[in-house]
Amino acid sequence: MSHDPTASSVASPGRQAALPQLAAATSESRLARLTLTITALAFVALFLLLPLAAVFTEALRKGPAEFVAALGDAETFSAIRLTLTVAAIAVPLNLVFGVAAAWAIAKFEFKGKAFLTTLIDLPFSVSPVISGLVFVLLFGSHSLIGPWLQSHGIQILFAVPGLVLATVFVTFPFVARELIPLMQEQGSSDEEAALSLGASGWQTFWHVTLPNIKWGLLYGVLLCNARAMGEFGAVSVVSGHIRGETNTMPLQVEILYNEYNFVAAFAVAALLALLALITLILKTALEIRYSAEIAASRRH
Amino acid sequence: MAQPFAVAGLKGDRKLTERRNGSRWRFRQPSVLPGFGLSLGITLSWLVLIVLIPLSGLVFRASGLGWSDFVALTLDPRTLNALKISFGTAFLAAVINLIFGVILAWVLVRYRFPGKRVIDAMVDLPFALPTAVAGIALTTLYAPNGWIGQVIEPLGLKVAFTPAGIVVALIFVGLPFVVRTVQPIMEEIDKEVEEAAATLGASRFQTISRVLLPGLMPAGLTGFALAFARGVGEYGSVIFIAGNLPYVSEIAPLLIVIRLEEFNYAAATAIAAVMLAISFAMLLFINSIQAWSRRRYVYVA
Repeated sequence: MSHDPTASSVASPGRQAALPQLAAATSESRLARLTLTITALAFVALFLLLPLAAVFTEALRKGPAEFVAALGDAETFSAIRLTLTVAAIAVPLNLVFGVAAAWAIAKFEFKGKAFLTTLIDLPFSVSPVISGLVFVLLFGSHSLIGPWLQSHGIQILFAVPGLVLATVFVTFPFVARELIPLMQEQGSSDEEAALSLGASGWQTFWHVTLPNIKWGLLYGVLLCNARAMGEFGAVSVVSGHIRGETNTMPLQVEILYNEYNFVAAFAVAALLALLALITLILKTALEIRYSAEIAASRRH
Repeated sequence: MAQPFAVAGLKGDRKLTERRNGSRWRFRQPSVLPGFGLSLGITLSWLVLIVLIPLSGLVFRASGLGWSDFVALTLDPRTLNALKISFGTAFLAAVINLIFGVILAWVLVRYRFPGKRVIDAMVDLPFALPTAVAGIALTTLYAPNGWIGQVIEPLGLKVAFTPAGIVVALIFVGLPFVVRTVQPIMEEIDKEVEEAAATLGASRFQTISRVLLPGLMPAGLTGFALAFARGVGEYGSVIFIAGNLPYVSEIAPLLIVIRLEEFNYAAATAIAAVMLAISFAMLLFINSIQAWSRRRYVYVA
């Protein structure tokens, strides 16, 4: 925010005269500002806006009728349903985990807390392909429990449970990471007050803590859901790519693209891009309206 | 008979004073809030089931290979090349992201221009857009008949289906990391620091390069390391644009997938173990930068 000279009309004339000089000393020249702004905007346009525009252009290349027809395809439809199913299981699981982890870490002081926080972040530093691989090694036919699972007719890999496990793994830290700094910042005096007034633990959680963290929670769930629906690498490894059965939307995009069915591939991609845009809009709205009730750091 | 009783009483007294002084080793500090056992229980069991058991399964498998097999699998020329390509392209992309990310963050924090809020929100697009979508979009743009490909092809530049394509995809994927780590630090810079530098006779360029940038270095390094770590493991956005030529543009995660499809679990495990070891080293590095900078600088992440 630059100083507004008219606002300081009561200030001495000497101070007023010094203001433009001060502004010049603490900001760049006009030319430098223009160059930096254009560089930054060109970078954004080249690497962010153009790819997004390309998705929608390619999807509508042969007209809206083709676009709609591509989405009506039975395999694509089952991919959409599978993606929604997997997200509907994985996100609530990580929601419960995230709230529990944040409660334990933010409200209590105990030994090994920093280490626990690092472990929760672990899935972020693992390649998605490795996240899938670990489940293949765990449940595959050559693993310790693979033959037992097979003889009991339990299908984990190349089926919904495997997809859910891989998705839960990659989205593991999202909710917890959002809630921990928020709840640490809020402290526990509200909860202590409620308890001293005779509320039970659950009452305190439902009526005091939850209203305090609801926007931060929504924020975390939003990011968790976007990743859950868009995950590619981990899901690709455990899916087995059975058409119409274990293909999620991102995997369907890959299959259609590799078959040179570009309109259909970009039609599914456009749906996913739309999801991303809605996520961004909601996320920005939350940041603007409830900035105080969302974790202070916006890092991921 | 009185003797044991007295000893017990003494012990009890000592416990009491220890508790009062808080000197006794304690797993957790006392708190009036309930639910510690339940919440920590859920957290630990979920963590062990979903993350720790699967990951230790990988480590167990890798250690089962035996040292000589493990070394042989890792030193396989195709594996070495894939690792080199993954780490090299990720490093280059992270360097480019560091430079442009800092400029972008600066412009977003300091300047006012129309559409700034939209641009700010767009920075998070790579977090929200599925990687496969980014992959096919970038490939279409940089293909010889694409919007960008058409322009650069006559200049003799080929991006799609070359290692340069990998760098482009990784720039996309890593962009938000640098911006989002540097931006909050820039917002907290006290204008007085710059004013002090200016009054002491520094030019604007000197103020930026000698005063502001050193203070931003820890955040910049953290963002760089995060973007680098993400780039090394990235799969979805890269495989479409890379061309995936062994020894030339085949990344390590893709080689893991290829080995898995060949049912060569030993090789897949070995590559994964090497990548995991390096990413943990990176995680440690990031944590130590943050710990170091928290001690050294006033405005830090």
